[in-house]
Amino acid sequence: MMEDGIGIWGVPLAILAGAIRVSTPFIFVSLGETITERSGRINLGLEGTLVFGAMTAYAVAVMSGSPYLGVLAAMATGAIFGLVHGFICKFPKVNDIAIGIAMMQFGLGLAFFLGKSFIQPVAPRLPSIALGGWSDSPQLQSALTINVLFIVGALLALALWWAFRNTRVGLILRVVGDSSDAARAMGLNPDTVRLLATAAGGALAAIGGAYLSLYYPGSWNEGISSGQGLMAVALVIFARWNPIGCFLAALLFGGAGALGPALQSVGVTQGYYLFYAAPYVLTLAILVATSSPTRALVGAPGALSITK
Amino acid sequence: MTIEANISTQPALSAQPQNSSAVLEWLARRVEPVVISLGAILAGLALFSIFIVLVGKSPADLFKLMYTGGFGSWFSIQNSLSRAAPLLLTGLCVALPARLGLVIIGGEGAVVLGGVAAAAAVLPLIGVLPPIVILVIMGIAGMIMGGLWIGFAGLLRHYRGVNETISSLLLAYIAIALMNHFIEGLLRDPASLNKPSTTPLPPEYMLGNIPGMDVNWGLVIGIVSCIVSWIIIETTSVGFAARIAGGNVRAAQIQGLPVGRLIVGFTALAGSFAGLAGMVEVAAVQGSANASLAAGYGYTGILVAFLARHNPLAIIPVAILLGGIDASGGLIQRRMGLPDATVLVLQGTLFIVILFCETLYGRFKMFNPDLWKRSA
Repeated sequence: MMEDGIGIWGVPLAILAGAIRVSTPFIFVSLGETITERSGRINLGLEGTLVFGAMTAYAVAVMSGSPYLGVLAAMATGAIFGLVHGFICKFPKVNDIAIGIAMMQFGLGLAFFLGKSFIQPVAPRLPSIALGGWSDSPQLQSALTINVLFIVGALLALALWWAFRNTRVGLILRVVGDSSDAARAMGLNPDTVRLLATAAGGALAAIGGAYLSLYYPGSWNEGISSGQGLMAVALVIFARWNPIGCFLAALLFGGAGALGPALQSVGVTQGYYLFYAAPYVLTLAILVATSSPTRALVGAPGALSITK
Repeated sequence: MTIEANISTQPALSAQPQNSSAVLEWLARRVEPVVISLGAILAGLALFSIFIVLVGKSPADLFKLMYTGGFGSWFSIQNSLSRAAPLLLTGLCVALPARLGLVIIGGEGAVVLGGVAAAAAVLPLIGVLPPIVILVIMGIAGMIMGGLWIGFAGLLRHYRGVNETISSLLLAYIAIALMNHFIEGLLRDPASLNKPSTTPLPPEYMLGNIPGMDVNWGLVIGIVSCIVSWIIIETTSVGFAARIAGGNVRAAQIQGLPVGRLIVGFTALAGSFAGLAGMVEVAAVQGSANASLAAGYGYTGILVAFLARHNPLAIIPVAILLGGIDASGGLIQRRMGLPDATVLVLQGTLFIVILFCETLYGRFKMFNPDLWKRSA
């Protein structure tokens, strides 16, 4: 990834580049999960949605020649996965965490099944924008080659942050997430709101998958996600259900993930696999540091089963 | 299979019926889970059939092949039983904490590290100690490692309030990275070129097959573990306390039950079974610790436990059933040209439908003796 000649400064630069490159799926999945969790439901199935979205986007891009159509198709399948999850969880005695695990297995199985024939063909990639033109350093230029979806994700985080505070839809989501009873008293149907919130979350998670298969690493195979969809759930807790927090946390995770390859590029190969574990260790450490056995987490939606 | 499994779901209630109406009530409560589970499996198979029709194949052919590949001959039965062995143990890794209300999904981490620990612990001892002692040490090392790993998730759950579902999963990814670190580095056998692994066990130190069968002793270890777990949960006071804590943590705390110790103890026990699965993989199948340890047994174990409704005895038939489905995957691939992920789609479908059918419990009047009286 990094050419020689830049020396030790290559490490922070590679981490920055890696953070921008790796964080995009985290941004979309965690924003999607934030919408879902704000409505008081948790969807652990986003890992399956992400992988299925990656497969759909790749397949549609191969067949249609347009990566954007691929992203749209992925969003549609993600929304369907979310609707199924939301519909099943509407029924009494159904555990939304367990259904999430089941949906994850189902999504992975279906993606591997239908995606078998798309491992070989090459799909058109999503374009990126070179923001490093001002610099002479080719390393910096390549680090600042930023994919459109990263920018969309950043803007979406801002928009969601604003919408949660200032719009009617945001208020409805927050009320439903904090108390089903209060929502009913306001004449809202919590099940419908949660259904739509889960569908929106699924659609966003699938965009994260589309990024994986259409930009970085940019191909479809069965090992395309190494738990991004599930780590996003932890990331949402760390970000305290705040969309801007999600964006920053995603960058942090991306940077942690880029640590190993960055060090390897400057010749540090000791413990390569341990660096590979860095994002997971970081996530766990943050969860431990920010959780409490006695009280609900600050900012947590009251009706959310994972914080009780 | 499922019938005998579900009859024993609530043995605590199985007091001797006194008269004929009591017999009916007793029967109604027993029949409900059987009917609902069977109905759910049939509904899942029906949905899966629709999927198979949509991709242009015949469900009848598929189910026939599945039977042939899983249970159609003595050879395929042995194959299914071999594949069931690790699922018994990873199923327990999910089922035991679930009785306390905890959803642990990171059994895979305990499997891989259990395997690595088992392989590492005896490296200097091979040739010094007799095989049986070596195998016992391997088993203990695997159990301790797996127990520490999942027990840590339980520890974090109780003392720090960290959600155990997420932490156990993160620990699974960390475990796989650690395994790669060890088998690529410190513990790597220089002779293993393409596939990094630890020094292979000499054949005489391997866990052999059950006499008269082509199935290794892992199956017996798994079945015994299930029975022991069932005894712990259903007959001991510790198991009783765990079930109370699983029903209502507040009530358990008010009763003065040591909820923290229960959580840590049960997660550690659960993890030690998964670690034992890793040891069996090393000692009976692979002969060394290598990347094949992360074969997904931990994840299939989640499905096994939920299908068995977290009853350790029910895990035995469910694991054999899923082992059979798994074993038939190759045949389906060759004969019908379907991808190997067909089995995953079927598992996912069954999983969703069976969880969905939890909502049906108590809905049918005929299974609910309390409602009989009210309407009479």
